[in-house]
Formats: sequence, structure tokens, C-alpha cells
Amino acid sequence: MSAVAEQTGQWLAEFTRQEKAAPWLQGLRDSAFQRFAELGFPTTHDEEWRFTNVAPIARSHFASATSVPLVTGAPAGPEANLAEQYLGKLASFQANAFVALNTAFVRDAVVIQVPRGAVVEKPIRIEYGNADGAYVAPRALIVVGPDAHCTIVESYSGAGRYFTNAVTEIVAGDCAVVDHYKVQREDTSAFHVATLQAQLGRSTNFSTHSISLGGALVRNDVNVVLSEGTEATVNGLYIVNGTQHVDNHTSIDHAKPHGASHELYKGILDGKSAAVFNGRIIVRKDAQKTDSKQTNKNLVLSDDAVIDTKPELQIHADDVRCTHGATIGQLDAESLFYLQSRGIGKQQARSLLTYAFAQDIIDRIQVPDLREQLEKFLFEKFHEHAQ
Amino acid sequence: MPLLEIKDLHATVGDREILKGISLTVNAGEVHAIMGPNGSGKSTLAQVLAGRELYAVTGGQVTYQGQDLLELAPEDRARAGIFLAFQYPVEIPGVSNMYFLKAALNTIRKSQGLEELDAFDFLTLVRDKMTLMNMDQTLLNRPVNTGFSGGEKKRNEIFQMAVLEPKLAVLDETDSGLDIDALKLVAHGVNTLRSPERSMIVVTHYQRLLDYIVPDFVHVLAGGRIVKSGGKELALQLEREGYAGLGIADDEEVAVA
Repeated sequence: MSAVAEQTGQWLAEFTRQEKAAPWLQGLRDSAFQRFAELGFPTTHDEEWRFTNVAPIARSHFASATSVPLVTGAPAGPEANLAEQYLGKLASFQANAFVALNTAFVRDAVVIQVPRGAVVEKPIRIEYGNADGAYVAPRALIVVGPDAHCTIVESYSGAGRYFTNAVTEIVAGDCAVVDHYKVQREDTSAFHVATLQAQLGRSTNFSTHSISLGGALVRNDVNVVLSEGTEATVNGLYIVNGTQHVDNHTSIDHAKPHGASHELYKGILDGKSAAVFNGRIIVRKDAQKTDSKQTNKNLVLSDDAVIDTKPELQIHADDVRCTHGATIGQLDAESLFYLQSRGIGKQQARSLLTYAFAQDIIDRIQVPDLREQLEKFLFEKFHEHAQ
Repeated sequence: MPLLEIKDLHATVGDREILKGISLTVNAGEVHAIMGPNGSGKSTLAQVLAGRELYAVTGGQVTYQGQDLLELAPEDRARAGIFLAFQYPVEIPGVSNMYFLKAALNTIRKSQGLEELDAFDFLTLVRDKMTLMNMDQTLLNRPVNTGFSGGEKKRNEIFQMAVLEPKLAVLDETDSGLDIDALKLVAHGVNTLRSPERSMIVVTHYQRLLDYIVPDFVHVLAGGRIVKSGGKELALQLEREGYAGLGIADDEEVAVA
């Protein structure tokens, strides 16, 4: 038996053990599983997975489990056929084995509809959990009507060595305003793979913030497709230590003219941790007057941490502005000296500057309690680091 | 015992010697001006006193309050009462001015055996000092020097000095880039802080600042050495005759080239 068949064979057993779903969903699951069986888990020979070896996931056995997410603040029930209409149509499982594996195990999908013109003032919160030895495939579909406003906060946590494989699909109608946050605080022995697929309407204003703090092996794919005049902000913060590995792949697809995208990812690496940033910007032939800016900044606190950062610009239009930049560095010597010259000890100065580096992303979070919670977390983390 | 005694100080950056034997004695309450053309080593001297690691001290001694200053880490020098007003104050995004200054004040107070101030007492203390420097209180909540104008940065340095109350303040070209109103404001702040217990070393390229902060002594630095010392009238002589009047090229970098 080939390695791929051996790995997918275990999943086949879990797959067939599932209770059957409604015909449309079962059909989706079946074709997704079939695709997963064909693809197998990616290897480092795949360009998309060059720096992230998922063998520890492929080699492990997890029991498929139900974990009902806690959803608060969502508007009243979505239209009955909404899931059938959109689920699996946005996040393609053709090329991504993890999306295929998620789709094959869709069970308690969170489906949220924000009706046309509705303004949901309080954040819609979705909290996912996982437990030792389990495989959970969180799935969310959020359909935001034209002119509607909402904020979505997804958080992931758990305890033990488990595998969370999430897919979130967001559809935003014309002129909608959608702010999305994902806070990943998984157990440091857990595996976390997640795809966010956002399809944005004309003149929509969309932001997503991916905060990645936990996990042993983490891969985040953020795929955003813009329409005419769409404005998208794609931010991320990753903080890793020990032997943690976090891989952020983003794809911002300017499909139509006059779109703007602002991307800022910042990372703090300590210990023997590793991080990957791959930022793809696509500007289609039609997408004239696109304005796109990508920045990736990394603060490396130890000699053994490794960062691979790569911009990937595919520009097919000629009247556009696209800038990108990446930095990898240590704490700024001049800033350290400035703090020390005011009596602040070297270790405290280091922790203060590290905190400040992350604060830049935290400051952009518009949900007050989330921002405060993260500030407190970071403050304690880097204060400890200073001791 | 003098507050600060510098003897034959040599310092290098990379393999270039910048300070080539500086000797200077500063007693309590004295204000010393150090003037000199660009590249003469003025800023290097200021930074070496504050403990900047970029510069290697290759010879000489610096004694501060009877102890070997060069042995101390920058933070320990600050705790012992040395303050450097930076020529180019550093922007630190993500750290609020208030958090920064409160942390600084409390570490200094703690090292002096004083009680740390809570947020309320701290605010009461800084309010007066902000008025002194004509600074808006919202500045406290902004990140350190980030988005400040040149003048605001320099005012912020003197404001910090007012809060930290050092025994020896080293002002590194605090006048550079200031218009006359900002200069007067900064000078007023500095003059308010003059006291028989506080000494100052005022580093400047131009005599203009010394119209407002009148020094007890003026030293002219050139080529890494003090070439002439005198009273405040020496600054006026420089103003009239320029550095050339003392036989010094105005910009050594250019002169070498």
C-alpha cells in the first residue's frame, strides 16, 4: 500500500463511520472525500507547502469528533437553503487537501446570514474547542447582505494533542462593511490548519485580522477576492516560541478595477520556532487602478528561530500601484539605548519593545474587549520573557 | 569633589578614533557649553557619557560622584542621575509616552529608595511639568515621539528631564531644528531646572542657544580635543569670528575631503 493510501485509509474509516447527511450535503462530502483521497496530504515538494511539513499530521491518527461551537450575537436564523446555496462553492477543495478533508467531515456548520442593510452592532462570536486525540472540522458560512455591517470574531482553543481543520467562507454583498477576527490560541501540542475564503462585493469594505498564538504546527490560508472598488485590509500577528511552526499564506485577488488592499503581517519568533509568510497579490488584467500594499515584519529574538518570507506578485494590469516589503530583524539598538538612558533596565526595555512591536497590530483591533484581552495576554507574556 | 571628572578620554567607533583625549571637570551647579564644528566629537562625548555601546572607550577615565562611570550600564547611569537629551529623540511606536515615563521615573525612584508613584500621583506630578513645557496633555497618550514634530520631540526631551530631575543633564544639540519660539520655550524649561545641585553640559553648534541658556564655561571641541576653554565671552567671540577665527575649519569632514 502506498504512503498516500495508507494515510488516507485511516481517514476513509472515519469517513464511512459518519452518519449520513441530507442528500445535497452527503453529495458534497462524498466528492470532497474523493478529492482528498486523490490528493493525499501535501508534501514539501508542493510549492504551496515548501516550508511546512505536515507529515506529523499525516502520520497521526485522530478520531473524528463532534464539537459544537458556541455562537453568540448572530442575527435570527438564516434562510433554509442558504447553506445548500453557498457551502463548498467558495472555498475550493480541488487544490487544497485540507479544505477537501474539512468538507468531507462537515457536520455542524455555523451558518450566519446578515440581511441586506442590517447593522449588527455587537460582534458575532464563534468559539471552537477541541480535545486530546480528536479531529474536528469547524466550518462556518457567513453571508452578509448588501449594505449590511457586521463584525465576526472566531476563536479557537483546546487542550491536548488534537487536529483542528477549519474552513470559513464569507460572502459580502455590495457596499457591505465586514470586520473579521480570528484568534488562534490552540494548545501548543495541537495541529491547526485553517482556510478563510472571502468573496467581496462591489465597494465593500472588508478587514480580517489573524492572531496566531498557539499550536505546534499551524497553517493559515487567507484568500480574499475583491470586486470593483472593494477595500480589503488583511492583517496578521504570529507569536511563536519553542518548536512551534506557523505558516501564513495569503492570497489577495484583485479581480476588478479600483480595488485597494492593505496587508500587514507581523511576527515575533523566539526559541527554535519557525514561521512562513507567503503573500500572493494577484492583479487581473481588468483590475486597473488597483492600489495594493503588502508588508511583512519579523522580530527574531533568538539565534535558532527561522523565518521564510516571500512576496508573490502576479500583476497583469498596467495602471496599478503595488508595493511590498519584508523585514527580518532584532530589536532596534537605538530604541533600546533610548529606554535604558531613561533608567529602564535592559531586560525590561527588551520586553517593552517586543510588546510594542505586537501592539501595532493589536491597536488595529476594533473590538474593545478582544483588544484588551490580547493586550493583557501579550503584556504578561513579554513581561515573563523579561524575567 | 567634582560631580564629573573626565580625564584624557579616548573613544572610537569602528576603527576611527573620534575622541582623542578629552579632559573636563564639572562641579555641582555648573553649566558647561561645548561648542564645535560638525564632526568634532561633541555628540560622541554626549553619548559616551550616557553609555552608548556603539562607541568603544579606548583610554582615559570618567569619574562621576567618585565612582567609575564607564563601569556602569546606561540604565545605572540614569538611575545615578545622568540624563541625556537626545539630538535625535527615538520614535517608539506602540509604547505610550505615559507608560514609558512612568516606568522610567519609578525605576529611578526605586533605585534611590523612594516609593514608586501610582498613576494618580504620577499624573499630578507631570501635569505641572507639562505646563512648564507648554505641552498638550494628549501627548501623554501618544506613542513615544511617534508623529511628533521636531520641536515637539525636543520639548518632550526637556519635559522628561523635568520629570526625572537628574543631577547631570547632557543636552545634545537641543537647539538644532528649532525655530526661535520653540528655542525660547526649550531654554525656559532648561533655565527653570537650573539649580545649585544640578549640573549641565550643553552641546551646541551655534552660539544662539547660549543667549538663552547662559553657561558658566564654554569649551571649544575640534578634532576630538578641547582646543580652547573660557567663560561665556568665548561663545560671543566664536559668534563674531566663527570657528575659523580660532583656526578651525567649520566642517572637518569637508576639510578632510
